[in-house]
Amino acid sequence: MNRFVWPLIAVAALLVFLVMGLRHGDPRALPSPFIGKPAPEFELPTLKNPEVTVGTDNLAGKYALVNVWATWCVMCRSEHPFLMQLAQRKAIPIYGINWRDSRPDAIRWLDQLGDPYVASAYDEDGRVGIDWGVYGAPETFLIDPEGTVIYKHLGPLDPQVWEREFVARMNQREADQ
Amino acid sequence: MKHALLFACLMLLSIAAMAIDQERRFDDPELQARYEHLISEVRCLQCQNQSIKDSNVTLAADLRREIARMIDEGKTDEEIADFLVTRYGEFALYRPRMTGKTLVLWIVPFLLVLLGVFALVRVVRHRVALPVGDDSDERQDP
Repeated sequence: MNRFVWPLIAVAALLVFLVMGLRHGDPRALPSPFIGKPAPEFELPTLKNPEVTVGTDNLAGKYALVNVWATWCVMCRSEHPFLMQLAQRKAIPIYGINWRDSRPDAIRWLDQLGDPYVASAYDEDGRVGIDWGVYGAPETFLIDPEGTVIYKHLGPLDPQVWEREFVARMNQREADQ
Repeated sequence: MKHALLFACLMLLSIAAMAIDQERRFDDPELQARYEHLISEVRCLQCQNQSIKDSNVTLAADLRREIARMIDEGKTDEEIADFLVTRYGEFALYRPRMTGKTLVLWIVPFLLVLLGVFALVRVVRHRVALPVGDDSDERQDP
């Protein structure tokens, strides 16, 4: 009987790891190396007016969202109504990074569906996207008043995600201070 | 006829040529080799089982462009790896560097092999110690 004990323990240990791995959620989701670090510096022309720029300086001194979006991104369309809600409630200023998109298409999108953004940066060649470690859209970063990235969400926002991941983190940070 | 056949064959070959997009070429073969090596060592984050060398998605093309730019600027391989790791984490590299966080990745396989060797030696010793013809260890059922 004794000879079965060790293999059993080994198999049980493997099973524990398997279950942990399965419960981990989206296997493609990568932890962002920016959490707890200053938001990467950037300055880009805005989508609607190439003469005006938007960048890290605009984020200073308040909680803000940085939302990476594009017109080719299907999930961006599905989260868009919720972004509009956030903007109408004045819950938080939302800054967009329009990532690897065509300017006329993106402007048409905002005209048709509404513009939840304080401003959208136009990242035509994806350079700023790389600096922010973006690997898919939509991605949403939560920036605190000191300009630190406190959370990054992969995929579309919705009311549940907003309460659970964003509001909770802002409250937590306020409580810590 | 012979020429027509040859032409047809060449046409077929040209399909492979189409796969090579407007990729960066370096005049210096040494730089070209470095570039090819680097892009084969970086994981495509959108299509996670391909290197950015093999992938056609836009992010992979962007990263290839950035790596070519850094080679132009005379950055070392180490600096280029740092650039990727600060943005995408160790996961971006197919061979994560040995740091505190990734040490366990490097050590555990060797530990497992050692454990296996240890177990094997024990089993073999045990078998050898049995008298010839005694297979009681093998079959315990009557």
